[in-house]
Amino acid sequence: MTPTQRRWVFLAGVAGLVAFYLWGLLGLPGFGNYPGPYGFVINRVAVAQTNATGVVSAVNFDYRGFDTVGEEFILFAAAAGVATVLRRLRGERERPAVDEAADRNVPPTSGAVRMVALLFTGPLVVVGWWLASHAQANPSGGFQGGVVLASAFILIYLAGEFLVFKRFSPVDVTDAVEAVGAGGFAAVGVAAVGLGLAYLTNFLDKGQFYGSVSSSGTIALISFFVGLEVAAAFIMIIAELLEQTLFIRGGG
Amino acid sequence: MGYFPFIVVAWILAVGLYGIVTSRHLVHQIICLIVVQSSTYVLLLGVGYVTGAVAPYYFDITVHTPAVDPVVQALTLTDVVVEAAVTALLCSFAIQAHKRFGTLDPQELVSLKG
Repeated sequence: MTPTQRRWVFLAGVAGLVAFYLWGLLGLPGFGNYPGPYGFVINRVAVAQTNATGVVSAVNFDYRGFDTVGEEFILFAAAAGVATVLRRLRGERERPAVDEAADRNVPPTSGAVRMVALLFTGPLVVVGWWLASHAQANPSGGFQGGVVLASAFILIYLAGEFLVFKRFSPVDVTDAVEAVGAGGFAAVGVAAVGLGLAYLTNFLDKGQFYGSVSSSGTIALISFFVGLEVAAAFIMIIAELLEQTLFIRGGG
Repeated sequence: MGYFPFIVVAWILAVGLYGIVTSRHLVHQIICLIVVQSSTYVLLLGVGYVTGAVAPYYFDITVHTPAVDPVVQALTLTDVVVEAAVTALLCSFAIQAHKRFGTLDPQELVSLKG
């Protein structure tokens, strides 16, 4: 099929899709007229039930905790998938870390970049942990915190080079942290089953104060595990992608 | 406002699909898929919006303040994470495709090679 034919087939298809979408739209309540009642009910009861002031986190890690287990394992499986797809292929060998084009004029990483990257690494780790441990209080949580934590490691890569990055995030340790993060979440759920409750029931003491770190029972704990998992998964994915630059094909 | 955000959804979806269909580069195609998926964020957040309501965080407001639906916001968060994971996986496929076929043009990747 030529590109022009392909475009016409697509335009016919998408016109139909948009027509049906707009038709379906007429049955929806207009923007801002949320019909409820589910969201309203959760907003009303969540704070009293979980002692978490962040209702989105309460939904993610408590009410819909089971879905979030699945979501976390999608990330886990994707990281494993990246590692599998980017494995060393037949005929590929790892390139020694020497410059093969010595006459090429590569400007060294500027002092400003190194300075700023190193300056931000520490604060990013703190912010990442803060986000991962305050899911119950405000718009944060393990997913956001984990990504910020992973970016601290990427700053190390930016400040130094890939081999330094590898030393700071050794594969064995990231693998173990990722497993602890994913397994910890599942284990919190199983612990509830062990106590005779439903899977992922919030069985811990919910604390005295709304929105404090010690409040909300398992929400804070699960968020912590998710933070570990997400940080490790992203570090692993970035490391796998960067490692590709070290591979050369045999005879190529 | 009426239905405007939902029409934006249709637009984002359609341009993303157009990009996928006409793309001549796998990485460009992956980015178009991200655009398609972004339309679901707008749809979810648009469905849960309540005129005049605040974000569902009761840290410094009373429980009786009207707030938007937190469930669709949680779904959007899920969506973002899954998208990041899928993008990483697709990028690694693109790397391997380039290694094996020497091209990233999907129209030249017509035959399977063992």
